[in-house]
Amino acid sequence: MKRISIIVALIAALGLLIAPQFLKSYGVYLLTYWLIFVIAIMGLNLTVGYAGQKSLGHAAFFGIGAYTAAILMKAGVSFWFSLPVAALICFGVGLILGFPALRVQTIYLAFATLGFNTAVWLVMRNEEWLTGGTFGINNIPRPELLGWSLENNRYYFYFTLAVTLLLAWLQWRLLRSPWGKAFMALRDNPIRAESLGVHIRNYTLLSFAIGAAYAGVAGVLFASLVQFIEPAPFTVGASIMMYLMVVVGGPGYFLGPVVGAAVGVLLPEWLRFAQAWYLFVFGAAVVLMMIWLPDGLLSIPDRIRARRQARAASAARARAAAAQGGQA
Amino acid sequence: MTDFLQLLISGLATGAIYGLAALGFTLLWQASGTINFAQGEFVMLPAFVMLGFMALGAPLWLGFVLAAGVSVLVLGWAFKRGVVDPLFKYGMMPIVVATIGLAITLSNGIRAGYSAEAHPFPNPFGDHVFNIAGVTITSGGVGTLLTALALVFATQAFMTRTVTGRAMQAVAQNAESATVLGINVPRMIFYAFAINALLACAAALLVTPTYLAKFDMGEGLGTKAFFAAIIGGFNNSRGALLGGLIVGVAENLAAAYVSPAYKDAVALMIFMVVILFKPQGLLGKKEERKV
Repeated sequence: MKRISIIVALIAALGLLIAPQFLKSYGVYLLTYWLIFVIAIMGLNLTVGYAGQKSLGHAAFFGIGAYTAAILMKAGVSFWFSLPVAALICFGVGLILGFPALRVQTIYLAFATLGFNTAVWLVMRNEEWLTGGTFGINNIPRPELLGWSLENNRYYFYFTLAVTLLLAWLQWRLLRSPWGKAFMALRDNPIRAESLGVHIRNYTLLSFAIGAAYAGVAGVLFASLVQFIEPAPFTVGASIMMYLMVVVGGPGYFLGPVVGAAVGVLLPEWLRFAQAWYLFVFGAAVVLMMIWLPDGLLSIPDRIRARRQARAASAARARAAAAQGGQA
Repeated sequence: MTDFLQLLISGLATGAIYGLAALGFTLLWQASGTINFAQGEFVMLPAFVMLGFMALGAPLWLGFVLAAGVSVLVLGWAFKRGVVDPLFKYGMMPIVVATIGLAITLSNGIRAGYSAEAHPFPNPFGDHVFNIAGVTITSGGVGTLLTALALVFATQAFMTRTVTGRAMQAVAQNAESATVLGINVPRMIFYAFAINALLACAAALLVTPTYLAKFDMGEGLGTKAFFAAIIGGFNNSRGALLGGLIVGVAENLAAAYVSPAYKDAVALMIFMVVILFKPQGLLGKKEERKV
């Protein structure tokens, strides 16, 4: 990431710090919702954008996180204990799901993860003794921090923001470490990566598991935010939307999830003026965005830079040709 | 036993339709490496176009012919030129997301612009009921199964017996050497898109009488067709039919004998088992990895 992106990120973070003071309750709720998706999409970006694994089952991990937290907190377990437990469970399930990923590649992997999502969703819907079935689980509490209740939407927003920044920092460190380089080598060319000594199996499994853990944390935050969960937000359709957010934002760009989640969460809200047509407009916008920017919205700066370089190069060529012409 | 036969036959009829939609998938995948997440919506749209022509007074067969024309134009030509061609060189991810966007656009366009209700649709084979040895068979079910089978085998025959079909297969295997051999590659790829549109239109004619025309009918259908295509083998057209029949029958039997709640899980379990033990599908070929 270049210096300018860091500056932009800092300004954006500062904007987020003061934004809730100017927003009504629903606006704050929506911003929190968006941050939670930023966390989930950061995880998916690691799996899809950096490690190059096609995963269409991310909402399942999101759901496992949410249900784990809801069930534990209903049983009287504290939020602060539920959070790491949910993340660990997702990490473990992610490892297990990674195994089929070793056997099947590209689209086959996409469909295997999609199938996994359907299975998880069916359990959520049908195992009423555990998940409440279609009635869901309600009255999920929000956490307390050092004696302060985070019941208030604004406090909960700041708490979510802090978690988001912490997880972003962790991912930033991870990507700078040899692990991150290995993920990218895996994405660019698995066979070449293997010949360079990257252990394909371990890194594929890790990319799944870490991505899943991020989704798990996002799920816990989600359960506490909406305080009522049912199977609907964790369908295959939700996974497909998450994949869409990664690709629209820019897979393999560090800030891609921030933009992608905004497109997936905030843009539909903003399009509400189109009323019954808003999803139609949203779908069309996604198609056009892809055709215009196949590498995602964050590829715009790269594009401008490439164009400027091309122009500079052709100007240099023209000068060189003119100089030669003068000599002759 | 008669119950079992009954379930088997109705399962085969639904399965044949899954197979038709799945066949379109495999065609697009082979010809252009496109995974069309709007495949279910590609079946939904012709159903509404047919309803539209019929509302204008056209008989069913004329409505079908006109809808087939519209499908080839919109879902074949415009889809290829507008979405797939510009994105082709960027790999799989942008095409997948663009077709997801397309699916959202199509289904919500119909919902907002036309109607959110389910509309009845006439069965082209009537609804006579036959009773053979205690097994009740409807003319609609038999007609659906036979038509779907005929279409799959006709497509298969076209691909293997005609010069055009063979050229299409050559393009699917290696576009570069096909060009060297003088095959018009873009045209062959367009044929694949056109056939996909026609098959989707035929699937609409067969599936809508039972499912009713509804803006979100494509969602379930698309998923089942995916599973069917994978089970059978993503790069094999006959596999698509086999996969479709397996999914249709298994689903029907599971709903009756196991639990209707986990009906969708059965197709899924077959799919998981297949993908773990034979990732390329029952009839599929292994794909080479490129360095």
